[in-house]
Amino acid sequence: MFKSAINGLTTAWKGMTLTIGHLFASKKTREVTRVSDDNYFKRLEGTNTIQYPKQQLPVPEVGRYQLDVEMDDCIVCDLCAKICPVDCIDIEAIKATEAIGQTSDGTTKRLYAAKFDIDMAKCMYCGLCTVVCPTECITMTNTYDRTVFELSDLIYEFSDMTKEEADEKRALLEKQNAEKQAAKLAAMKKKEEGQ
Amino acid sequence: MLSLHPSDFWTLSNYLIYFLVAAGLFAFAALFALFGVYAERKISAYIQDRLGPTETGKFGSLQTFADILKMVQKELIIPAKADKWLFVLAPVIIFVAVYMGFAALPWGPGLVPSKINIGLYYVFAIISIETLGILMAGWGSNNKYSILGAMRSAAQIISYEIPAGFAIISAVMIAQSLDLQVISTQQGVASTETIKFFGFWDVTHIGGLLSWNIFRAPHLIIAFVIYFISSLAEANRAPFDIPEAESELVAGFHTEYSGLGFAFVFLAEYSMMFLVSMIGVVLFLGAWNTPLPNIGALKLADWTTNIWWGIFWVAIKSLALVGVQMWIRWTLPRLRVDQLMNLCWKVLTPLAFACILISGVWRLWLM
Repeated sequence: MFKSAINGLTTAWKGMTLTIGHLFASKKTREVTRVSDDNYFKRLEGTNTIQYPKQQLPVPEVGRYQLDVEMDDCIVCDLCAKICPVDCIDIEAIKATEAIGQTSDGTTKRLYAAKFDIDMAKCMYCGLCTVVCPTECITMTNTYDRTVFELSDLIYEFSDMTKEEADEKRALLEKQNAEKQAAKLAAMKKKEEGQ
Repeated sequence: MLSLHPSDFWTLSNYLIYFLVAAGLFAFAALFALFGVYAERKISAYIQDRLGPTETGKFGSLQTFADILKMVQKELIIPAKADKWLFVLAPVIIFVAVYMGFAALPWGPGLVPSKINIGLYYVFAIISIETLGILMAGWGSNNKYSILGAMRSAAQIISYEIPAGFAIISAVMIAQSLDLQVISTQQGVASTETIKFFGFWDVTHIGGLLSWNIFRAPHLIIAFVIYFISSLAEANRAPFDIPEAESELVAGFHTEYSGLGFAFVFLAEYSMMFLVSMIGVVLFLGAWNTPLPNIGALKLADWTTNIWWGIFWVAIKSLALVGVQMWIRWTLPRLRVDQLMNLCWKVLTPLAFACILISGVWRLWLM
């Protein structure tokens, strides 16, 4: 009984020397360093708090955070929408009547994106879309702190076309299709006549 | 017909002083509670390698003011099935019991709100009423966690009052008085009787640290430790916080309280911390006497013994003890109920008895 009481007191004292050590070590505040730093996991002294908006842990420029699309490089191939496990990417493509230009890596663009929506509320940050993208136009950025007041604000719209432009391109495509159809019909007729 | 006699004005002004003293003590208790909560949060944060409040005011110093401002605006919710009277009265009784304890505590030479010759007895009696308030809160809330907390609190306080009381008695036997001001005066250069350091060295005119009660008789160091441990239990502080064990009982007896009711319980808790520390300081650590002794021509003790120094010393010593209470709280885990009772009845109580015995022998043969 007495022995355990003494034991209790000595161990309590041991604990208390430990905590007072921490109390006085806390004059030293944390320096924010990268995870890849050598002594990142060795820091045992001082306070450990990162005062978030004022201090931030450095993150890679291309981390697994918010998605961003460089529309000038996009060929609207729809691969990202197809690979997405949660179907958060919604693309509506309009065929162009001719080649519209080239991406920065030299791929020819033949499709307009009337709609390129990414619902970040659904996104699970797997990064598969960035892997399949043939022109590397869809990337994950280093932005991770994003708060919105409306859930719909989390649907990012990347398409740079207005509705009018899209309608115009649709009309052009229809016209071209109609012309092609007419030419086809004419050719078939000719063939039939020729027999 | 009411007619005023000159002497009535004298009594009137006397009453005014009473009210001012009471208001001053209340203001002190409230300010100390605010400071105490802030200190507690900072100390706990630093012990756990965090930063604590930093945003409100410089170093977060206005955080508790903001908290109390929020708390005062909150709704006072009385549960539908609660006993309304008990529920509303309990926080008031809890706080008033602690607050009235301050009335008899000396702050400096000749400075005591109420000089009564059984001051110590009064303080100990009045703070026991806190248990009643806690029981009322627990029973009145009509909540199983509250009643469990209240029962634990009653069991704990009643048990720990025994070793605390005996430790106090062993100090009183050395001092031969229940008047806190007399006990205080004996522990410094202002003493009218001879004080001997450890019973052999006359330090009446040296004073300072050497004439404190814990050095007048060495066994009072043990008595002080016993008293300090028991006072933790009486103030429901960790590691004896089983009445409000957050991890088991939500918040114990004050689970159902919100707004001002909760504020009063909290105020009482922090006032209690200061009160028990101050009693410990008065009985064992030299009360308002200076820790600096007279060394030859350097009359340090004489220079630092007056009313203002007295307030300073008693406040600084009590705050240091409160600091130790916080340090203990953020270090030691909570005791189980059986361990709590074991410690009280099998270790502290026999030791306190031994202290009384030694006090008697000391008084007879060495003083």
